[in-house]
Amino acid sequence: MNNVVFGQYYPTDSVIHRLDARIKLLAVILYIVTVFFIVDYVMYAALFLFVILVSVVAKIPLKVLLRTVRTIVFLVLITAVINLFFTKGEVLWAHWKFIKIYKEGVEHAVKLALRLILLMLFPSLLTLTTTPMELTDALESLMSPLKLIKVPVHAIALIMSIALRMIPILMEETNKIMLAQKARGADFDTGGAFKKAKAMIPVLVPLFVGAFRRADELALAMDARCYSSVANRTKYKVMKLTLKDLVASVVCLAVFSLVFLNKYLFPFDEMILSLFK
Amino acid sequence: MSIEVKDLSYVYSPGTPYAAAALNGISISINEGDYLGIIGKTGSGKSTFIQHLNALIKLQNGSIKVFDIDLTQKKPDLKRLRGTVGMVMQYPEYQLFDETVEKDVAYGPKNLGLSDEEIKGRVREAIELVGLSYEEVKDRSPFELSGGQKRRIAIAGVIAMRPRVLILDEPTAGLDPRGKKDIMSLVKRLKETSSPTIIIISHDMDAVAENCDKVALFSEGLIKAVGTPREIFYNARLLEENEMDVPSVVKIANEMKKRGAVLDGEPVKREELIDAVRRWRSE
Repeated sequence: MNNVVFGQYYPTDSVIHRLDARIKLLAVILYIVTVFFIVDYVMYAALFLFVILVSVVAKIPLKVLLRTVRTIVFLVLITAVINLFFTKGEVLWAHWKFIKIYKEGVEHAVKLALRLILLMLFPSLLTLTTTPMELTDALESLMSPLKLIKVPVHAIALIMSIALRMIPILMEETNKIMLAQKARGADFDTGGAFKKAKAMIPVLVPLFVGAFRRADELALAMDARCYSSVANRTKYKVMKLTLKDLVASVVCLAVFSLVFLNKYLFPFDEMILSLFK
Repeated sequence: MSIEVKDLSYVYSPGTPYAAAALNGISISINEGDYLGIIGKTGSGKSTFIQHLNALIKLQNGSIKVFDIDLTQKKPDLKRLRGTVGMVMQYPEYQLFDETVEKDVAYGPKNLGLSDEEIKGRVREAIELVGLSYEEVKDRSPFELSGGQKRRIAIAGVIAMRPRVLILDEPTAGLDPRGKKDIMSLVKRLKETSSPTIIIISHDMDAVAENCDKVALFSEGLIKAVGTPREIFYNARLLEENEMDVPSVVKIANEMKKRGAVLDGEPVKREELIDAVRRWRSE
């Protein structure tokens, strides 16, 4: 249960941690768009370097960051292999019976794999350095223009934050119940899939009963304090942009615009290759 | 000697920013027939300690021996261990899950791999032992019982495994005074009939003073003192240093002595105090 890093806050209290969550969120969105515009290997390397630099500044051990990639290793491999075999091109590199591997196929496979890994890394940095609460606050703030067309932005944010808040509680509860049933001789680790699934019933039933009980109590408590999502609520933590947010935005924009410059104006790879000719 | 613990230490999530030491080298031996009370502040390592005793937590450092089962071995016989050491967790009523009370209580014995005949007998016995009528409750859903009854059923679920050592983590939490008294007398009855060794964690000093014959005081992952209730509860400095309450009986006795009453001995139980006062009055 503890090896799911995605969505797990890693507290080191760095500058990156203290950046405004809205800036971080916007940077991630821009980054994702940018990744799709990368053409040259040089730029792949540049973005990897960028991600690593950010993680160094954020004091996140590289090991922790790379662990997030583990969850998509399978996906990366499958896409790479499919692209390797099914991309048709002009320069044939290998030929064995009906399998033909082209230069373009290899290039495609490598670039796709790199792209997927890049797509995983930076957003992971966001969730590693930002608490879920900050993220929902940021989302609420960024979505607030939608209030004009009567979207219940605050209610959506509230639902999200309660759901997020409940995840660790439910995990802890699951843990407790599993311990209690283990103490009664339950065995969750051996047997086939069916037996394992059946062994979970004594955990799931109390878990659901508890979840409903909690939801009920929370609703009552909110009612008792006259909670209303319509009223204009103030925040305990007011989000404010500071100088470091400005600096971070400029840095991100600079790095991302490099990618676009590369795509439309300066093909770095070709320039480097021409140096060797 | 039924349980022997040596130099036990434990760290939660080692090697991460969340790492937290819970036990820092604990040694204690518990004899068959002991009624041990574990006291200490929240976060002092009490729960972590007892969870070690039936291997709910994997041993990191130190050694534990429960009767002839050595937990330092690579693969201790967990099934036998859990049949030997019964554990009633905090708020045990939240672990009930089955359709009927009978099936729920039978869960533990079933996991031990007993025969249907044997299970049925044990379930009936356990339900009667916790003071409920087997015929009345066996076909009801555990979720429609009252809070106190639910807790009894949950305890019955552990009793039905016939553990030689019964561990209860705050068995009286969240109960009214009447419910607390009932549970404590139930535990006493269980000690006499089914499980001769009892270990309880409790924040209720009165209950500990009244029932236990050995007390261990936990603080910051260490055992600060082990002794009879008399030794522990009349050590005012020890209690104060560890922010523990003094049981009412001890408080009253101390106050009376201060005001001139001549009480012999150091009473920790209600009866002892009443006797001491009677003796003083009749002189």
